[in-house]
Amino acid sequence: MTPIISVRDLTKQFGSFTAVDHISFDVYRGEIFGFLGANGAGKTTAMRMLCGLSFPTAGAGTVVGYDVRTQSELIKSHIGYMSQRFSLYEDLTVAENMALYGGIYGMKTRDIQVRVNELLDKLHFADHKDDLVGSLPLGWKQKLAFMVATIHRPELVFLDEPTGGVDPITRRQFWDLIRATAKEGTTIFVTTHYMDEAEYCDRITMMVDGTIRALDKPTTLRQQLADQLGCTYDVMTMEQVFYHLARQAKLQ
Amino acid sequence: MKSVLPILMRKEITQFRRNKVLPRLAMMIPIMLVLIMPLVTQMDIKNISVVVLDEDRSLLSSRIENHLANSDYFRMQESAYDYSQAVELMDQGRVDLIVSIPAHFERDMLGGYGRPISLTANAVNATKGGQGIQYASQTIISAVTEIAAETGLEAANFQSSDIRIQNRYNPTGNYRHFMLPALMIMVVLLVCTFLPLLNIMTEKEHGTIEQINVTPVSRWEFILAKLIPYWILALVMIGLAMLLAWAVYGLVPAGNPLNIFLGAFLFSLCMSGFSVIIANISNTMQQAIFVLFFFVIQFMLLSGLFTPISSMPAWAQWLTYAFPPRYVINIFRSVYLKGTLFTELWFDYTMLFVLAAAFYTLATFTYKKQK
Repeated sequence: MTPIISVRDLTKQFGSFTAVDHISFDVYRGEIFGFLGANGAGKTTAMRMLCGLSFPTAGAGTVVGYDVRTQSELIKSHIGYMSQRFSLYEDLTVAENMALYGGIYGMKTRDIQVRVNELLDKLHFADHKDDLVGSLPLGWKQKLAFMVATIHRPELVFLDEPTGGVDPITRRQFWDLIRATAKEGTTIFVTTHYMDEAEYCDRITMMVDGTIRALDKPTTLRQQLADQLGCTYDVMTMEQVFYHLARQAKLQ
Repeated sequence: MKSVLPILMRKEITQFRRNKVLPRLAMMIPIMLVLIMPLVTQMDIKNISVVVLDEDRSLLSSRIENHLANSDYFRMQESAYDYSQAVELMDQGRVDLIVSIPAHFERDMLGGYGRPISLTANAVNATKGGQGIQYASQTIISAVTEIAAETGLEAANFQSSDIRIQNRYNPTGNYRHFMLPALMIMVVLLVCTFLPLLNIMTEKEHGTIEQINVTPVSRWEFILAKLIPYWILALVMIGLAMLLAWAVYGLVPAGNPLNIFLGAFLFSLCMSGFSVIIANISNTMQQAIFVLFFFVIQFMLLSGLFTPISSMPAWAQWLTYAFPPRYVINIFRSVYLKGTLFTELWFDYTMLFVLAAAFYTLATFTYKKQK
């Protein structure tokens, strides 16, 4: 199976500060790949390099088959991206935002119509098609931003802390959407610092101080720590795995 | 793949239309500039407070006084007993000009001997003082000439110094006709600098520009989609200002209006390019607005709008060549008042084009999709 993302020794320095320090990993098609870590661990910086928003200081990588150093504009037409901050146009309606991004990705007007209705049905949100996005509650905005990120049926979607500030019920619904999208064959690359969300991922990496401290299935990571500490797997949560790994961080 | 420019432009226009303030304010600008600004930027000095010290008490001296009183330029003040009291009034700021007519002025004047009238002006406001003296001299001359004609006697010295003032191109000497074409430029200066700047900075601050940066949209498609609607808006507003100037003041261009629109268009290119540079290098709205204001003020002061460029110090005159407004103001005034032809203004058009090219080159270098 060929990886959709393949990264070797990717590094980003800001002056003397190394935000991402020689990270290497592969992400496979159809996976939900979780990128976990404390604030400032380098998750967002790493993701920005993969999306072509940030140029790597050193290292190499390919995303959807294109080089992150030289072909970032080609990567951009094959991926979807949802940033940490809500970034749809608040003074446009739900449908207008969707149509705008559909058009930007070169979709035909008729296809956009079909796709917009399909996504709105998925969200049970067809009634609010003509509402201004600025008038929606945060939870809805986030779900909508995710739908917009997938409007052009990208092979790979990057989600940067998509559930920050969202209530638990909406977070649950949000993850249902993510899993439904992954089932359709879209690869999901998601950063988060909610450890319960890590359980939804197929595989996770733990970043500490710009390096990858652990990379495996959530169950494997829990089992490893349980073995290490000599207790049973059942009492071990992702939260504890996170504390255990993050304790080694310099910044904490 | 089809161009995304129309899609992005539709988004910009929808957003602009939905804004509660901007479209209305934008329509107010030409109305304000044409209807109100010419009145308040009037440089003709009026209402100069004048006190007359008349020691002659003759037909001539009272005629001079009448002439001054009947003029729009002067407002007669309460009289003073003597010169020192008049100076005291001036010290208090109640009098701008003292006209003192010596005893036997009429007799000497009509007898053929010159005798000086003393004019004392408050020159704190140099323009007002200077113009006051000039207007008063003219008024006195006309009074003397009138009396001389009535009595059939020859007035000494005055005929030779009778000044004839002729206003070319602006026959009535109407300051409005001089100011209006230049004020129209302000429409473009405001619309094509502040609106694109606010637009780009809002996208930066809301993070929406980052979302666009992760799409295949090129930076120029994104920026052009923002600028084209403002270029069109600026030209429409210039047209509106020209219509208003015709309807209210009867002012129509002596030359080809297309030359005016071409100048306005090149100027729009310059100014919007300039504001894109500022938006690119600014991190926050405050910073961007402050930097833009800094430059807009220099642009206005060094444009020749309020003060003639030819009376600026040499270094400042050189500086005006680096800023676009001087060229477009020259184009507007020349075409409007003199009917100057396109070919005679080639230098101004070329310079606007060169500056626009320079600004866009710089804007390209400062816009980064990837950091």
